Amino acid sequence: MNDMRLTERAVDNNGTKIRAKGVQVYYGDTHAIKNVDVDIADKTVTAFIGPSGCGKSTFLRCINRMNDTISVARVEGDILIDGEDIYDKRVDPVQLRAKVGMVFQKPNPFPKSIYDNVAYGPRIHGLAKDKADLDGIVESALRRAALWDEVKDRLTAPGTGLSGGQQQRLCIARAVATSPEVLLMDEPCSALDPIATDQVENLIHELRANYSVVIVTHSMSQASRVSQKTAYFHLGEMVEYGDTGDIFTNPKDERTENYITGRIG
Amino acid sequence: MPVIWMLAIIAILAGAGIVLGRKKALASAGGDSRLLHSLPGYYGANVALFVAAPALLVLAAWMVLQPILIESRVAATVPEDAYETQGDLSLILADVRRVARGLDLAVEQGTITAERAGDMRSEFTDVRQRLAEVGVAVGTEVDRTTLTAAQRYRVLEGRADLAMNVVVLLLAIGGFGLMYAKTDKDFRARNSVEAAIMVILIGASTIAILTTLGIVLSMLFETMNFFRQYPALEFFFSTTWDPSFSGRGGSSELGILPLLWGTLYISLIALLVAVPIGLFSAIYLSEYAGKKFRGFAKPLLEVLAGIPTIVYGLFALITVGPLLRDAIASPLGLGTSASSVMTAGLVMGIMLIPFVSSLSDDIINAVPQAMRDGSYGLGATQSETIRQVIIPAALPGIVGAILLAASRAIGETMIVVLGAGAAARIDANPFEAMTTVTVKIVSQLTGDTDFSSPETLVAFALGLTLFVITLGLNVLALYIVRKYREQYE
Ligand SMILES: Nc1ncnc2c1ncn2[C@@H]1O[C@H](COP(=O)(O)OP(=O)(O)OP(=O)(O)O)[C@@H](O)[C@H]1O
Ligand SMILES: [Mg+2]
Repeated sequence: MNDMRLTERAVDNNGTKIRAKGVQVYYGDTHAIKNVDVDIADKTVTAFIGPSGCGKSTFLRCINRMNDTISVARVEGDILIDGEDIYDKRVDPVQLRAKVGMVFQKPNPFPKSIYDNVAYGPRIHGLAKDKADLDGIVESALRRAALWDEVKDRLTAPGTGLSGGQQQRLCIARAVATSPEVLLMDEPCSALDPIATDQVENLIHELRANYSVVIVTHSMSQASRVSQKTAYFHLGEMVEYGDTGDIFTNPKDERTENYITGRIG
Repeated sequence: MPVIWMLAIIAILAGAGIVLGRKKALASAGGDSRLLHSLPGYYGANVALFVAAPALLVLAAWMVLQPILIESRVAATVPEDAYETQGDLSLILADVRRVARGLDLAVEQGTITAERAGDMRSEFTDVRQRLAEVGVAVGTEVDRTTLTAAQRYRVLEGRADLAMNVVVLLLAIGGFGLMYAKTDKDFRARNSVEAAIMVILIGASTIAILTTLGIVLSMLFETMNFFRQYPALEFFFSTTWDPSFSGRGGSSELGILPLLWGTLYISLIALLVAVPIGLFSAIYLSEYAGKKFRGFAKPLLEVLAGIPTIVYGLFALITVGPLLRDAIASPLGLGTSASSVMTAGLVMGIMLIPFVSSLSDDIINAVPQAMRDGSYGLGATQSETIRQVIIPAALPGIVGAILLAASRAIGETMIVVLGAGAAARIDANPFEAMTTVTVKIVSQLTGDTDFSSPETLVAFALGLTLFVITLGLNVLALYIVRKYREQYE
C-alpha cells in the first residue's frame, strides 16, 4: 500500500454539494440501503467501494432519482443537492438528471450512430447554437473520454458496433457532453485496458476542477488514485466515510480493513 | 392392408425399440449406466427413431404420389378418340375413379367376386345398376372405355398398395435391425439421435417449402393458360373490368387496374386508420399504462383480432356505410352509395388495429430497459425517450408489423364485399363503391364455372398478381428487419 499515489489527497474545502440524510431504499421487501448519511463535497472525487451487492449502485441511483424508473424501489430520507431536496414534489426529475449525469454499470449506447449518441444530450437540452457548435461539443466529449482517435473516421457507424470498452467510453462521452454539475460513474473502467483506464482517470481529475464526481469502483488502487473521499458500503450500510488516504492507511472499522486488505469481497 | 395397420405396426416396432434398445445398451455395460457413451434413454430413442422416421416419411410421400402416378398411367390408356379437350378427359377420369371405388365396395360387400370385378364387360353387365346396389351413383351409363380404365385403375392400385406395404415394413424392420445391432455401450447413440432429429426437422421444413412451391406452380400454370387465351398486355394495362358471363358469348374485358386501384385505395385507408391508432395505443400500453390497466386492456384489444371478418363486414354494411353516407357523403354531394371505399377502409382499419398494436407492443417491450435508463439518465423526458430512442430501436419490428397488417388488408375479402360493393372502377372519390382483386376472384369462381374459359382462368392471374404483391411486401419487411437488426443489442 506504500506505492499508492496519494498526492491529491488534500481535500479542498469546497462546501457540500450533495447531502444525504437517513436514506433508506427498499426493493419490495429487500432493504437495500440502510440509513445512510453522507456529505459529498463540491469539486471533489468521491469513491464508493464495497463488496458486490452491498448497494453502491442503488445509492448512486438515488442521487439522480433513477430509482424512480424501478417500480418496486422505494426511497426514504432526504437527499439535498445545493441545499434543495431532490425528492421534493416540486423537483422535476428530468431537470435533475440533466444536472446530475450518470454513467451506468453496463454500457448502454443507443442504437444510433456514434455521433448521435454523444449529441443526444446536447440536442435535447439545446446546448449547441448550430451544427458547428454541436460538432465541437461531440469532438471534445469524445476526446475527454479518450475515444476520439479510435472513432473519428467512423462517427456515423452505429455505437452498438463498438467493442465493450469502447462502448463504455462512448457512454462516458455521452454523459460528459451534457455538462452536468455532478457526474455519477458506476464502475466506468470495468471493461477498459490499463491505457484507457489511465485516460479515463485523467478525465476524472480534469472534471474535478468544475464538477463533483462520484465513482463506484471495485479497484482499490483506482479509488486511491482518483478520489479524495472514500465511502465503504457493507450490506446496505455505509460503514465508513472519510479522506481516501485515511481509509486506506488507517481504516477505523474492522470490516473496512478486512475488505481493503483483501480478506473479504 | 389398411394404412392404420401399417401405423400400428410401426408404433409397436418403435415401442419395442425404446425398451429393447435401452435394455441391450445397459446389458452391454453390465448394468452400469456410467459406462455407456450416452444416457440409456438415448439408445432406446435411437432405435425407435430409425424405425419410425424413414418408414413414416416414405409412407407419407407414397400416399401423396401414388394417386397422381396411377392417374397419369390410366389416363394414357384412355383412347384419344374418346375425348376432345383436357376438360373431357378429367371428367372421364373422375368417372373412372368413381367406378373403381364402386367396384372396390362391391367386392368388399360380396355382391361381386374379385374376378368378376376384374373381367366383367360393359356389353354384358349393367355396371351402373350393380354400383347403385352398393350405394355408388354414377351419372351416365358406364361405357367400355370407362370400365376398362377403372379395372386397370384397380389393378395398378392393388399392386402399388402391396408394394407400399412391403417397402414400408422393410424400412421399419430394417431400421430396427440395423440400430439394434449397433447398440452397444460404445455406440454414440446421443449423436445418432441428434442427427436423426435434424433429418426430421429438415423433412418438416422441406414439406413446408414444397407445398408453397406447389401452390405457386399450379397458379403459374393456370395463369399461363389464361395468358394463352387473353393478351397479357390488356390484362395488366386495361382500365376496364367487364367480364361477359359464360354462355352469353361476347368478348370480356379483363383489365386488372380497376381492381388493383380498389385494393390499394382501401388498404391505404385501412392503414391510415390502423397504424396511428395501433401504434399509439401500443406506446401508451407499454410505456405509460400501469400494470393493472395493461393487463386488462391488452387482452381486450386482442379480442378485436378474434372477431371474424364477416362480422366486421356486417358492421360495415349496416352501421358504418349508411352513417357515412348520411353524415358525410350525401350532404357534401359526394355520392349516394352506402357501399364505399371509405366504409370498407375504416372498418378494415379497425380490424387491423390489434395486429399493429399487439405486435408493436411486444416489440417496444423488447427494447431493453437499459436504453430507457440511458436516455432518462441524460435528462430526457418520457416522450423524448420514446421518440428518439425507443421507436428507432423498435422500428424494424414496427415496420414488420405494419407490413403484416398491409398484407392482411390486401388479402381481405369479406369486409370489401359488404362494405365497398362489387363495382370495378377507378375513381378518386372515396365515397364511391369500388372493389378489390380478392372480391373479383371469388365472383369469377362462384356459380357456373368453366375452367377453360378466360373468365374463370383470370382468377388465377389475379391471385398470382396478388401473391406477387404480398410477397414483395414481405420481402421488403424482411429486408428492413435484417438491415436494422444488428443495432438492437
Ligand atoms: N431492480 C432491483 N430489484 C430488486 N432488487 C434489486 C434491484 N437492484 C438491486 N437490487 C438488490 O439490491 C442490493 C444492492 O444492489 P446494487 O446493485 O446496489 O449492488 P452493488 O453494490 O452495485 O453491487 P455490484 O458491485 O455487484 O454492482 C442487491 O441485494 C440487489 O440484489
Ligand atoms: Mg453495481
